[in-house]
Amino acid sequence: MGKVDRALIRDVAAIAAAAGVIGISFGAIAVAAGLSVWIASLMSLLVFAGGSQFMFVGIVAGGGSPVAAVFAGLLLNARHLPFGLVVSDVLGRSWPMRLLGTHLMVDESVAFALAQQDPARRRAAYWLCGGALFVAWNVGVLVGALAGQSFGNPDALGLDAAFPAGMLALLLPSLMARSDEKAAGEGGAEAAAEAKRKAALARRVALVGALIALVTTPLLPAGVPVLLALLALAVALR
Amino acid sequence: MNALPILILAAGTFAFRLAGPLLSDRLKLSARVQQLMSLSAIALLTALVATAALTSNGGFVGWARPAGVAVGAALALLRLPFVGVVVAAAATTAVLRLLGIG
Repeated sequence: MGKVDRALIRDVAAIAAAAGVIGISFGAIAVAAGLSVWIASLMSLLVFAGGSQFMFVGIVAGGGSPVAAVFAGLLLNARHLPFGLVVSDVLGRSWPMRLLGTHLMVDESVAFALAQQDPARRRAAYWLCGGALFVAWNVGVLVGALAGQSFGNPDALGLDAAFPAGMLALLLPSLMARSDEKAAGEGGAEAAAEAKRKAALARRVALVGALIALVTTPLLPAGVPVLLALLALAVALR
Repeated sequence: MNALPILILAAGTFAFRLAGPLLSDRLKLSARVQQLMSLSAIALLTALVATAALTSNGGFVGWARPAGVAVGAALALLRLPFVGVVVAAAATTAVLRLLGIG
């Protein structure tokens, strides 16, 4: 498994633990909405994208049609297409592994990969995070579905803040030039200036993308605002 | 409910996931395009963070969650370990909710 260090394992364990608890709440909500335990688990195993699963169950529970629920879920998951272009290098060469790695493509595993500089670490971070989340999420969903709604509300634990905060922490290395001796040692002032320029561009793209998504969120179906954030790339195309 | 809608959602999601690796096999992406792809992932993930931190069901989510995310962001900027960032964000939000702040 290459370069898996203790810090990476600890970080992944933190996000997987949170995902497990949210999985428990998804399982409980799904069963309360009328899905059977096995359907809830089947969905978690095969879809493995929490946001779209919550949305699907929410629409069905609210009396919406399954067609609308599928459509909304797919809209939310369309972001995996550009993700796949970014992380295709970590999936490896053999087809069974690539297909498995493809299924482990979630926001967190992409963000963990993106936060690493070195290719071996990138690969290790992606697989470790994707694998740990897959196990934690599916075990959580099964436990929640079996136990029903006796687990209470994960919002009381603040877990809804843990995810955006964790993702932001993973994005920071891409947004901040490492103004330290490491960059200077690798190629002098020129490389440092290049890294700074790249980070500044990433910050502008990120900021514009976030603004686009926030402004359009009240107006458009979920999933679309995040996709519209891609328009922020225009900032980089000038 | 039967499994068909779930199978369709799963198949469509997998197709979205697979399209990227397949496309990057076919087209040899230039360094410039690869940089744009990295930027697009950053834009998507930042947009996800912003909407997840501030909104729920198309409206403002209330103060507890963004406050927790802000505390986490500050600690991340100070280069605290990832676990500390995540736990502090959740704890801040949980305490605010305990105090009755939405």
